[in-house]
Amino acid sequence: MKERTVQLEVLRYNPDTDTEAHFQRYEVVCQEEWVVLDALNKVKADIDPTLNYRWSCHMAVCGSCGMMINGEPKLSCHAFLRDYEGVIRVEPLAHFPIERDLVTAPDDFMEKLKRVKPYVIPKEKKPISEGEYKQTPAQLMKFRQYSMCINCMLCYAACPQYGLTPKFIGPAALTLAHRYNLDSRDGGRKERQEVVATHEGVWECTFVGACSEVCPAHVDPASALQQMKITSSIDWIVEHLIPGGKS
Amino acid sequence: MSRNPLVREVPPTTWYFRQPRYLRYMSREITSIFVGAYCVLLVVGLQRLSQGQAAWEAFLLALKSADSIVFHVLALAAAVYHAATWFNATQKAMPVQIGEDFVPGNVISGAHYVAWMVLSVAILYLAGVF
Repeated sequence: MKERTVQLEVLRYNPDTDTEAHFQRYEVVCQEEWVVLDALNKVKADIDPTLNYRWSCHMAVCGSCGMMINGEPKLSCHAFLRDYEGVIRVEPLAHFPIERDLVTAPDDFMEKLKRVKPYVIPKEKKPISEGEYKQTPAQLMKFRQYSMCINCMLCYAACPQYGLTPKFIGPAALTLAHRYNLDSRDGGRKERQEVVATHEGVWECTFVGACSEVCPAHVDPASALQQMKITSSIDWIVEHLIPGGKS
Repeated sequence: MSRNPLVREVPPTTWYFRQPRYLRYMSREITSIFVGAYCVLLVVGLQRLSQGQAAWEAFLLALKSADSIVFHVLALAAAVYHAATWFNATQKAMPVQIGEDFVPGNVISGAHYVAWMVLSVAILYLAGVF
């Protein structure tokens, strides 16, 4: 197997001793087919055990290992070393507070996720004895793409609106709201609109589109948000401009 | 161990230099200045028209100046770029599902380009160009 020496420049921050973050450079002997996460694991195992970062599945499914790699939000298990030349700069996900080294605090995202009620709110509750809520393949396809989110938060790190206006509910949470709004079994859209159709909701989005470009699961949050802007506008027109109209 | 998270602020006036995609976004947004300026120009033209023949002809003469031609070329380029980004976005904002499948995005955007061409030709026809 072909080996290659890689220069990693990693942002370090120790909450117990540091007031600012700083870069630390590591020289790591890597296999050519490795990903950035492998290089970090090598650093932790052989060079510096104090380095902190999150990871779990190593196959772009769990969404734990999101980092800024040369300024781009990426899953580090999906960032192949062969795609990079020179020094590789690794930083924690942008727009989130740094807990320690490459570990960020996801508290804000988790709070926003709860606010959009990302679960089926049945139109009509029925006893289990009446059987399951059925859905056709066409009804499934309507929202399937938006159900692929792995909560990796790369879209938040890519979204400049979230960086500039942290109260913005943000791409992933709003996309999940859209996913459940589109579900034929769901009747919770009106409840979600209280969060979605606000300045903190879809109207904070200016369609930069970066969220969709960086999404490792090809969810396309930008499309979900634009669709929600249209339906929210129709709600407003029906409510305010059509006599007797109710959203 | 206590929590002491470090917040890194986003520079409010220079953030768009961080990524080429942010610069592309800003260039799209800046086209609106030219589109807005051209709307103002049209309103000024209407105002001159309401002031009589002399004012209108002076307005037409001003349109032929070098500065005006440069502005029109820039405004046209900005409007075309803005329209193209808008039409490319339609496939995201207005997906069409038929059965289990979605109509390909380029068909949706393409339909908007076709409508744009047809309407442009119709307007040029009404303006007496043909």
